[in-house]
Formats: sequence, structure tokens, C-alpha cells
Amino acid sequence: MRGARSSRLQNALPGIWALRWIAIAIGIVGWFVYYPIVNNFLVSTTNQDIFTGEVTNVGLDNYRRLASDPVIGTALFNNSMYAVLSVVFQVFAAFWLAAIIEGLKSERWRSIWRAVYFIPSAISTTVTGLLFYFIYQPNVGILDGLLTHFRLEHLSRVWLGDPQTAIYAIVAMSQWQGFGYSTLLFSVAIQKIPQELYDAARMDGAGPLRQLISITLPLTREMTGMMIIVTVTGAFQVFNEVMVMTAGGPNNSTQVLGTWLYEQGFNQNDMGYAAAIGSLIFAITMLCGVAQLWYTRRRRVLA
Amino acid sequence: MTEGHPTQAFWPGMVRAFLWAFLFAIGVLVVYPLLWMALGGFKSNSEIFDSPFSLPGSWSLTNYVAAWHATQGYLFSSLLVTVVSTVTTVLISAWAAFGLTRTEVPGKPLLVGFILGGMMLSPTVALVPLVRMLQSLGIYDTHAALILLYTAFRVPFTTFLIRAYMLDLPRDLDEAAMMDGATPGQIFRKIILPLCQPILISCVVLHILFAWNEYLFAMIFTNSASVQTLPVGLTSMMSKQGTNYAALFAAMTISALPIVIIFFLTQRYFIRGLTEGIGK
Repeated sequence: MRGARSSRLQNALPGIWALRWIAIAIGIVGWFVYYPIVNNFLVSTTNQDIFTGEVTNVGLDNYRRLASDPVIGTALFNNSMYAVLSVVFQVFAAFWLAAIIEGLKSERWRSIWRAVYFIPSAISTTVTGLLFYFIYQPNVGILDGLLTHFRLEHLSRVWLGDPQTAIYAIVAMSQWQGFGYSTLLFSVAIQKIPQELYDAARMDGAGPLRQLISITLPLTREMTGMMIIVTVTGAFQVFNEVMVMTAGGPNNSTQVLGTWLYEQGFNQNDMGYAAAIGSLIFAITMLCGVAQLWYTRRRRVLA
Repeated sequence: MTEGHPTQAFWPGMVRAFLWAFLFAIGVLVVYPLLWMALGGFKSNSEIFDSPFSLPGSWSLTNYVAAWHATQGYLFSSLLVTVVSTVTTVLISAWAAFGLTRTEVPGKPLLVGFILGGMMLSPTVALVPLVRMLQSLGIYDTHAALILLYTAFRVPFTTFLIRAYMLDLPRDLDEAAMMDGATPGQIFRKIILPLCQPILISCVVLHILFAWNEYLFAMIFTNSASVQTLPVGLTSMMSKQGTNYAALFAAMTISALPIVIIFFLTQRYFIRGLTEGIGK
């Protein structure tokens, strides 16, 4: 008993000394990632006058404002719509695209398609956002040019200037940029499926579509689940594309939570309210994070 | 990753022709806008307005030369911030991963949870407090601010990747070295780090991609042109000369090109990092 305790004491010292390996990581993550989040809650219960520097405690007022702010409604709708469309294109469509690519006989072409589709994901959203800003321009942009070419002029409009279409134009760009990334991940997941399964299915006379549905689909379900969670989390953090293409306009029709936080905090200088919007984003992304943890746990138990 | 092992259902002839046409159409949809941008950089502005679809009449380098001069400062900032934050992030993460897998730190599960839990926290939520923090540190509107933030927000993910890799490394080698009296520092430098080379390269590539393209922090925490990185620089060029499409196309192409080249050169490592990240 005694011996055990003293050897534990001896072990404790090198143990604490070993902390030096982790100290910087803990320090920098704690200071710049965790502390601001905690601080954000404190700020959200105050109103700050940036000119006098005066801070007044307002309790939950900023949160009450969240509930009655119509733009928050717009933003939540836009973020959710973003999430749904991204899941459709970047998870479900990307799966089928990856299945088609991996069904090609030539490895060379498989890797060419994977790489080509990925290019937009490697480029910054600022560049792709600006590019599509130009593409959507009336007269000069190639979208209207194409519509005219196919005698569909009546469809053309000021894509980013019309509150009806602006957010969809942004989401479309985002799908263009992001689908190659998830297609690549699905491709890798499909490659990990043992070939014997397909051989056996073929012996049993299963055609390619049948093989896809009864082998590829169930065996990439894990990847699909993870991708849905990651995509939804990403959709609630959207900022860059909206900022570059419309900055939330016209008429706040393209505001998302991130850009509304920016507008309130950095243009209206209402840091307290911006922090409350931050808490809302925190709550939503936390839910997604917990879903992800729960999903990986469950998977490990099943595996 | 791509060792030519076809794990798939092959398609019959007719269907295959149709699928090829489909893949090709998507390929055009992806590449055409990018070509339009890169070629637009060679055109004159009036050419872009008059004949948006045609090839440049004369391949003039004027826009590219002008854009090169206009973006040099931004390029330098991007390069500096990317290189330094890549080194700090990967080093700090490798140390942390070593500490979390090869030493007897007390409370290990808690520490792992703390560092990896950082992955769930979104940068947007930290914005408001960070303004005051950076101001009181006196680094608002400096490269140091971006380097610090890029490191802090990417250490969790990078540690996660390296730790997963280190957990899979056999322990015989470092145990043998320990018997021979090697210190943990020597084991880290001479044994573990060389063995981790593949994942370290993946981490470097992923971080370069992140830092080169990052916009949120760069836009909010930098003001002066000499500190701004490319993504922010492009938007301020845009507001200054919004109608000079040709010049902007050239600048956009210049800022996209390095990362596309890096992607093609390092594809293998890059894909590995991505799949380790999402697949574990």
C-alpha cells in the first residue's frame, strides 16, 4: 500500500514535467479559442457605448431582441436553406457522382475527374465569390450571355440585386465550389470497399445499379452521416461568400447569422447584440458538434 | 490512396456513353468559369464587355503585369502569414500529440478532450471578444494577430490528425530507445517525428490551404494595406476599381494560381489528410 503510493508520487513528477509538451497547445487554444467564447456570453449581457466606453448591464435584453428581430428570422431561414441544399448537392449528389467516377475502368480518368472537380474547393471563397459576382452581372456576365444564346432572355434578371433570387445565386456558387470536395471524400470511401463483395455480387448476377444500391450505398453510410453533420455545421457558419457577393443585401434578404453579427457588431457598433447573435451561432454549432460526437461514439460501438 | 484497385461496379456500353457525357458536362461547368477568369485577364476591359465569350484578341500581359504590381503587398502578407502559421501550428500540434500519446501526463483524457474540443468552436463566435483582446495586446492590425489566430484555431484539428497517426505507430521503437537511455526529447526528434512524416506533410498542405484562403479574421482584424492578405486585398481592389473587370480577373487568377498548383503537386498527401480528418 505504502510502496504503491510512494511509487505513484515518483511517477507523478515526471508526469507533470511531461506537461511541457502540451503546455503551448493548451495555452494558445485556451486563450484564443475557449476564453473568447466564455467572454462572448458576458459581453452579450451588456450594452457597450464605444464612444464613452461605458458598459451597462442589460441582463437578457439582447436575447429578447434576438427573438423579435425580423432579420434573425431571415438569417435562420437562409442558413437552414443553405444547409438543406448543401446536403442535397454536397452529400447526396456528390455520392452518386463519386459512384459514377469510381465505376470508370480507367484509373487515370478517375483521378482526373476527382482532381478537376476539386479545383474550386482549393481556391479561396473570396475569388470564387467575386468570380460569380461577375458571372451574375447583367449584360457582361456569362450567365445572361448563355441565356440569350439559348433564347431564354426572359429568364435573365439582376441575379444578385433581386431579393427573390440573390440568396439562391449565392447558394448555387457555394455548391459549385464545394461539391468536388465531398465527391473526393466519397471516392476515397468507395475505394475502401473490398472488391470481393462486388465480385460475389456479380457472380450472383447483380447489375451495376443493384451493386451500387446493395453494396456501395450501405458501406458508405458512415461517411454519409459524418458528411451531413459537417455540411450542416458549415452551413450555419457561412460568411465569406455572402460578404463578398452581397454583404447581406439587397434589403437584408441575404443576411445569414454570421453577416448579421458582423453588421451589428462592426458597422452598427452594437457589440452586446452582436455577442448575443454569436451565442445563437454557438448553440447551433454545439448541437451539431454533439450530434457528431454521438454519431462517432455509436459507430465505434457498432464497429 | 489511388493504387488502381477498382472497387466498383462497371457499367454497360450505352449507359457508359451517357455517364461520360455527364461527367464531361460537369467538368465544363467547373472549368469554364475559371478559364473565363484567367482568359479575361488577357483581354482589354472593352473586349470583356463587348465579346465576353471570345478568346482574347491579342494576348496582352498588361493586366497581369499591373495586377502583379498591385497585389505584391498582399501576396507578401499572405506568404508571411501562411508560412509562419504553418510552422507554428504543425510544431505545436506535433508536440501536443507526442505529449498526449507518448508520456504519462496526468488527466490525459481531459487534456485530449480540451484540445480536440476546440474543433467544435466556431471562429465567428469568438469575433466580438477577440477585437478587445487583440487591441489590448497591441497586435490589432498586424501580421502577428493573424498568425496567432490561425495557429490557435487550427491546433485542435492538426493535433487530432497527428495524434491519430501517432497512436497507430508501434511502441517497440521508442521503448527500445528508452531502454538505451534516450530522453523523451531525443525520442521525439529522432524516432517519432521522422516516422510521422506522411501525416506531417498532410497537415502542412491542409494548413497552407486554410491560411492562404482565410477571410473572416483577415478582414476583421486588419485595416492597413500593408498587413492585409490576398483575400481581403482582392475585395478592397474590387471596391476601388469595380468596373475594371480585366484587372480584377488578372488579380484573382494570380491569387488562385499558387494554391491550385500546390494542390496538384501534393494531391496525394492532401487527400490523405482529408480522409484521416473526416474518416476517423
